[in-house]
Amino acid sequence: MILPKIVEQLGTDEFAFSGNPACQGCGALLSLRHILKALGKNTILIVPAGCTSIIAGLGKKATFNIPYMHMAFAASAAAASGVSRAFKVLGKEDINVVVWAGDGSTFDIGFGTLSGAAERNEDIIYVCNDNEAYMNTGIQKSGATPTGAWTTTTVKGRVGYKKDLFRIMLDHRVPYVATASPAYPMDLARKVKYAASLKGFRLIHVLNPCPPGWRFDHKLTVEIAKKSVLSGAWILMEAEYGKIKLNPPSSTMLEERKIPVRDYLLMQGRFRHLTEDKIMEIQKIIDENWRVIKHILISQKE
Amino acid sequence: MAKRKKLILSGNYAAAYAAKEARVEVIPIYPITPQTTVVEKLVEFVESGEMNAEIIHADSEHSAMAAAIGASAAGARVFTATASHGLLYMYEMVWWAANARLPIVAGFVTRAIGPPWNIWSDHNDFLSMRDCGWILMFASNAQEVFDLIIQAYKIAENPDIRLPVGVAWDGFEISHSYEPVEVISHEELSNFLPDPRNIKPILDVNNPVTIGNVPIAKDHMKYRHSIWISMERARSVIRKVMEEYNSISGRNYGKLLDEYRTIDADTIIVTMGAISGDAKMAINKLREKGERVGLARIRVIRPFPISEFIRLGKIANRLIIIDRNFSSGFGGIVANEVRALFYEYYIDTPIYNFLTGLAGTEVSSGDFTNMYMLVKERKVKPLRAYWYYHGGEYYDFT
Repeated sequence: MILPKIVEQLGTDEFAFSGNPACQGCGALLSLRHILKALGKNTILIVPAGCTSIIAGLGKKATFNIPYMHMAFAASAAAASGVSRAFKVLGKEDINVVVWAGDGSTFDIGFGTLSGAAERNEDIIYVCNDNEAYMNTGIQKSGATPTGAWTTTTVKGRVGYKKDLFRIMLDHRVPYVATASPAYPMDLARKVKYAASLKGFRLIHVLNPCPPGWRFDHKLTVEIAKKSVLSGAWILMEAEYGKIKLNPPSSTMLEERKIPVRDYLLMQGRFRHLTEDKIMEIQKIIDENWRVIKHILISQKE
Repeated sequence: MAKRKKLILSGNYAAAYAAKEARVEVIPIYPITPQTTVVEKLVEFVESGEMNAEIIHADSEHSAMAAAIGASAAGARVFTATASHGLLYMYEMVWWAANARLPIVAGFVTRAIGPPWNIWSDHNDFLSMRDCGWILMFASNAQEVFDLIIQAYKIAENPDIRLPVGVAWDGFEISHSYEPVEVISHEELSNFLPDPRNIKPILDVNNPVTIGNVPIAKDHMKYRHSIWISMERARSVIRKVMEEYNSISGRNYGKLLDEYRTIDADTIIVTMGAISGDAKMAINKLREKGERVGLARIRVIRPFPISEFIRLGKIANRLIIIDRNFSSGFGGIVANEVRALFYEYYIDTPIYNFLTGLAGTEVSSGDFTNMYMLVKERKVKPLRAYWYYHGGEYYDFT
């Protein structure tokens, strides 16, 4: 029997059960499923307030087949630090201590806590589940909401810029920082496995499309995730000890993006109000970001 | 009983020694005056190799308590300490620790809450914890800081209790005052305090459970109810632990309440913390003049010393309760809790309430004599509360 590549690589064990309360087409759960398959059973998950607080199961139901600790909104990187240090004392250092935190928790309320854990180089894997707004409370703007996006608290479109988490974390000089997308599960799984093979603070930033929050039909999750990468709005890359490397298909897009950002934006209701001028402005922001990445890659070679 | 060496320690150093002898394994730290020297000393112990523990330099008190929660859930023995604004900043996680039933022990060095900036002691920071689900104890000298922290671990880790324990002491008055302290070594405590490996970890890859899920409302209420049951149970556990500890230490402070010359007292002054020493001096002087006064010092405020206060209510003609705190819009926190209790038990002993020593203002033995005389000469009534300032100035609640 010919198995799909992903099954061949990640096996058939599941750690996130079906029948859970996630929305149809949830990009986050798709990513988390593959992340947990890549990590295996020797893993502890710490999750602050967010959609996954619900997805984890209501009442006596449990979605995840690994130890799972709900945590306060701003506290997950610190709680994971405590778990990791306790495991060091108890001789259980082989266990993956993993945070799965939304963008509100990561970019906003838990940002100081995240920075502290990174600066201490705590032995944890921090995965940012970025859906670019506070989705669990009903689509409010976060520090990760991109320019122009509608949310219930930016009704005319978000003014200002999304924080660049990748570069901020790079500046903490941590062992490993990567970005990923549920549209490229093999890339995501490889990065998770590689991160798990390292010690110290590791961060994986995953851009997960959210059908109700981004306003699109739930069957389009993977297609939109793919377009986020092909338009260059989301760059697949990784950095070990500060050295950046682009991953396919982003690695082939340094000179030219595969599709204009318009194709990515106009699939989503949250961008449908944008004028041509605003779309051009967003295209410029993306091109500028690529120019910076290109500059860094050139300077790395020197 | 073995004769032990005494060290000259501040209250804060006594706390650090207690954490060391309790074989604490993970210590999240964040500095705040007047707590800072506790964690400085602990870092010194760890870096010199005297103590085998992980120090986590947290980015805030909120993170410090979160790290304590993570480490405790993983099964390690944990200690941290804070004060005032630091306690308020970690307040969310303070509730989390209790609701997650984690046997964390923390030190709280009491300090007024600003603005204005004030580093001196009063008790409103600590008493903000009274509804959280923590067992709360208050020391009145450096030796007691050491003793209570050791006992706290035994109480917290008791499988019938599994609640965090907070041990408080007054900023500067205790935290930075040096006194002789008898340090009991962990070898000598080995029978008293179980090995930390007896703590059941919640996070275990061989027994994967999800903790903290969105509950069915009734299950959540039952869960809160179970905290109440453990807290009620804690009274007898605390008494037993203190008795056992007394047999090792040779000290006897009493248990939930520390009583002094109450046997034949018609007036009992109630205090908490460092000013209790000044109250004792005043009582001794008043006794010389034939006044039948005694002192009840609160050592454990959660669970509340119910039977102890009922007994005092029955033996005394009046209580003078000194609150180094106030609940704005009502009165002294301790006085109103005792009043509520007396009402339940049909005790009509009058309770006089003075709010004093707030913001670190002085309360001398002369002030206790003054307050006693105000009551005796019927210048104050057993009504809500009086603001009493050092030297004799006082105002009623109107």
